[in-house]
Formats: sequence, C-alpha cells, structure tokens
Amino acid sequence: MISDATKVRFAKEVAKYPADQKQSAVMACLAIVQQELGHVSTESEEVIAEYLGMAPIAVHEVTTFYNMYNQGPVGKYKLNVCTNLPCQLRDGARALHFLEKKLGISMGETTTDGLFTLQQSECLGACADSPVMLVNDRCMCSFMTDEKLDQLVDGLRSAEDKQ
Amino acid sequence: MNANSLLSQFRATGIQTCFHDRHINPQILAGLNGANWRLNDYEARGGYQALRKILGQDGASSTNETGVGLTQDQVIATVKESALRGRGGAGFPTGLKWSFMPRQFPGQKYLVCNSDEGEPGTCKDRDILEFNPHIVIEGMIIAAYAMGISVGYNYIHGEIFSAYDRFEEALEEARAAGLLGSNILGSSFSFQLHAAHGFGAYICGEETALLESLEGKKGQPRFKPPFPASFGLYGKPTTINNTETFAAVPWIIRNGGQAYLECGKPNNGGTKIYSISGDVERPGNYEIPMGTPFSKLLELAGGVREGRQLKAVIPGGSSSPILPAAIMMECTMDYDSIAKAGSMLGSGAVIVLDESRCMVKSLQRLSYFYMHESCGQCTPCREGTGWLSRVVDRIESGHGRPSDLDLLNSVAEDIQGRTICALGDAAAMPVRAMIKHFRHEFEHHVAHKTCMVPAYV
Repeated sequence: MISDATKVRFAKEVAKYPADQKQSAVMACLAIVQQELGHVSTESEEVIAEYLGMAPIAVHEVTTFYNMYNQGPVGKYKLNVCTNLPCQLRDGARALHFLEKKLGISMGETTTDGLFTLQQSECLGACADSPVMLVNDRCMCSFMTDEKLDQLVDGLRSAEDKQ
Repeated sequence: MNANSLLSQFRATGIQTCFHDRHINPQILAGLNGANWRLNDYEARGGYQALRKILGQDGASSTNETGVGLTQDQVIATVKESALRGRGGAGFPTGLKWSFMPRQFPGQKYLVCNSDEGEPGTCKDRDILEFNPHIVIEGMIIAAYAMGISVGYNYIHGEIFSAYDRFEEALEEARAAGLLGSNILGSSFSFQLHAAHGFGAYICGEETALLESLEGKKGQPRFKPPFPASFGLYGKPTTINNTETFAAVPWIIRNGGQAYLECGKPNNGGTKIYSISGDVERPGNYEIPMGTPFSKLLELAGGVREGRQLKAVIPGGSSSPILPAAIMMECTMDYDSIAKAGSMLGSGAVIVLDESRCMVKSLQRLSYFYMHESCGQCTPCREGTGWLSRVVDRIESGHGRPSDLDLLNSVAEDIQGRTICALGDAAAMPVRAMIKHFRHEFEHHVAHKTCMVPAYV
C-alpha cells in the first residue's frame, strides 16, 4: 500500500539522521503518508514502524500526540482556522463561524459530500495575517475576509465539479 | 482553475507585514522583497562574507597563525561582546551559551535551530525563513564553527510548511555552492545541516521537548539538569538557539560585537524583530533597535486601530504577563525595561488590546490554549491548566462565583514552579497578571453575569 515513490521520499528523510537513529524520520514519514493518503491509518503506522525499525505503538504515540495528524479520514480539504487570541482580536473566530454557516457544519465536522472538514486550530504562527487558515496542512491562506472565504470555498467546489 | 493555483492566490506576500519602510536600521529584514531570497541575492546583500571572514577568505582580514581569519575563541568573544541575547523568549546571553559547549568533547556534538514558532503572537521566524533563509544558514555555520560541531538540524513549526520547503531549497543551494557539507569553501571545517518539521505541538518550542521530537518521540520535556550542553540530542552535547538569534550572527561577525551592542542599549545589544498583532492599524513584523520606546513601535504599526484608546498590551507572546496601557507606554522595548515593568520581552510578540476588549474573554481563549497544549506529563500542569480554563469559562459565561478569583490565583500559584518545563508557568502567569491588573472586570462579570465592555466580536 505504500508505493516505491513514497519510499523514495522516506529514504530522503532517513538520510538526514545517523544510521542508528532512523526513528527521527517518523514525523516526516507520517506527514508524507498523510499527504498522499489523506490520513494516518493503523496499517500506515505499521508500515512506517517496519521501515524505521520501531514498535508500531511508538509510531502511534507520535500520531496521537501531534495535533496535525489525522487519525481518521477527513474531507478532501481540511480547513484549520486559527482562533487563538491574536486572531480572535482580528476576526479569526468570525471566519470560523462564517465557514460553519457557509458549509452547514459545526467545527470538527465534515460536509456530507466529503469535500470539507472544518477545524478550529491553535496558533499557526501567522498572527499578523489574521484571519488565517491552513488548508490540508501545507497551504497557509492569509487575510481571509468573508469575500475571500467565499471565493476559496466556491472555487474549490467548482474545481471539483469540473473533474 | 485547479485547486492548487486557486489556493496559491491566498498565500501571504509579506508586502503588508514585512516589506515596508517602517523598520528602523534593520539588519535581518533589510532589503527584502519576497523574490530575493536565493543564494545569489543573499550574497549581493553581503551574505556569507562573515563566513569567509572567519575562514580567512574575505580578502581583507589577514589570517592568524592557525591559518583562519577568526579562531573559535574569537568568534565566541565577539558574540559575547555584542550582548546578543536569545530571541526565542528566555533572553539568555548567546555568547555565554556557546561557551558552555564542551568544545573538546571527542564524540559527536549537535547544533539545533529552534524554528518551532508557536507562541501566540509570534510570526517573525516564518518571515526570516521564507524571505531570508540563507541568513539563518550562515549564522548556524558560524555557530557550528565556533563550537566545533559537525551536524545541525533546523526544527521548523509544522504549520508553516512552505517555510520548511523554502529552507530545504536554500540548503540545497548552499550545499551546491560548497558552503555546507565537507570542507566548507576548501577549508578543513565541515558541517552538515538538515531541516526537520514539527506537526502541531506548541510544547515542542520548549528546547528539550524539541529534542525528544527530533528523536522521533512524543514531545514531552526532559528534566533539567542535565542541560542540553551536556546531554542533548541523542544524549550528545547540543546547543539550541532560536532562528532570529542565528540570523543576528552574520552581521555581528561582519561588523564587530561593539557595533552590534551600540545598535541597542547596554546588556541588550542589536536590533530585534517585533511581531505586532491585535488592535493596531498595521499588524506585522517590525525590526527596530533594542531600547526603542514602545510608543514608537505602536506608531510604526499605525497606532491603535480605528482611533480607539489603548487598553493593555501583552508584550512578549501570550505567556508573558499583560501590562495596562499606562505602564506599557512608559516602557522601552528591551529585556530589562519590560522585566522591570513586571512582564517579559519573551519572543517579542506584542499583542495589542484596545478599550473595547473584555479581559475575561481574552483570558478565556488563552487558558483554553494552555489546557489544549499541556503535554500531560506533570500533574500540576495537566490538571491545573484544565481547572484554570474551566473556571475562567464559567466566569465568562455568567456562572462565576465570588470566590473564583482567589481560586484562580491559588491554582495558578500551585502550578507555577512545580512543573518540569515552563508551560505551567506560561499558563499561570497570564491568569495572575490579568486578575492583578483587571480585577474589577472579573468582579463585574461575577456580579452582573456580563462584560463590562460590551463590544467584542
């Protein structure tokens, strides 16, 4: 279930660390799996454990400790809106509520079409850009006014329709 | 339009927050425009001249008897003279930290850059890494040289993945140019540097939690001592500095420790990047000399927004005690002035609150954060942060009891100083400072079940 191409990416991470410290690559390997498969399953954890010479439970400990690993399937687009204090002062919570209304779900839920998961998040480290939102762990969207949130959600929906 | 190109439209350009003319004598953010982050751009700005200088290859300085431009001792002495203090939050003198490293230790030693920037309010390392990555690489190479270290890692906040990708790209450029790797610029000095990323854990900004994470484990802090200088990554001697600290080093080596010190004020050398967020007209990063009055910084950020009155400022990231406007307006922005006023300069993250803000609601969000991010290792923090959060919640929602203020203070007091790492203190300090300075607002909430200040989005 993990392709050769993925293993090439794993190898690049493992090469950063001493030969007897392959475990150091576990964070990166889990992030790679999540990028390719959408979430980290028990099977993925087992494959990574074997690849890195770790106990599967040690990999699971990492998956469950860090907030950004998806422990189950999520929507095709995971939207994480920061609502920590600096963002709260600049419409962060408002952006989250706007998306709840627009998507018809509460934070923590996924739309029935499986397209969007909406989450509240802690500090993304982009406080001056508020409202900020992280899409699928890797894409930070800044200054997300209501109009931009409309553009983003409507744009992603129409991009999916065309496929 | 496909999804990726759509999403890329919403990426920050840095124009509003970083590339403005409202820095004062900038060193790290000088001359950046978002496009000029590459090696050749950095070299055009004088980049890697400091490295050439210590290796005796800048064509100006003469090499000494050992065949280099600056010895390890000379580099450390220069950094000590500069009065550079750690930019991550603790403000520990960098040169002193470097001198703790057992340079003659025969085994492997490590250098680590802490780019796990998650302290609410802080967004400076992200701009440094995205827009000037080579300045961090050069700073790390110089540090590695000074301490005789051959391997380093830069651990980058997982939420700013584009900064991680950017840094990886910059590393490739530096390797290809012979600035990183074996026999740097033909010298006998070798240094390998790699990037690693977090994935959503505030606690990994704590240096020993970061080391645990780098070892592929849960990021739970270690008991200190032993300190990383004797028992760090993989149990080997390790020096950890913040991104901005490393970024300050090349300028210091090029211009001298004294010149850097003179940019700031005694015991507080150089410039510092302040991230201003909250109720100002122009939130962003501002690089200004240490010791600049807070009032000047506020003016650079366009003042309090919509002409409102300043109410309070959290001067050094969400963990630092809040200061009322009257006290803050008398402060200068440096470690000593803010400490004297009863708070901390911390990471230089300035969160501004205007007159319309309810302090109970503000504290509610912060207390939730610390509960969410407590790693669960120490009982006082694991249980205490939840307790604080629930009590502040009930005050905010109109179910507070008159005894709750004393209860909050007592729980906070019982957390502080009783945990392995500083997260417990970080959760307790905002609570105590909020009640100390704004007790009447909390009492009003308890008595009237509503905010003193009605307008709060």
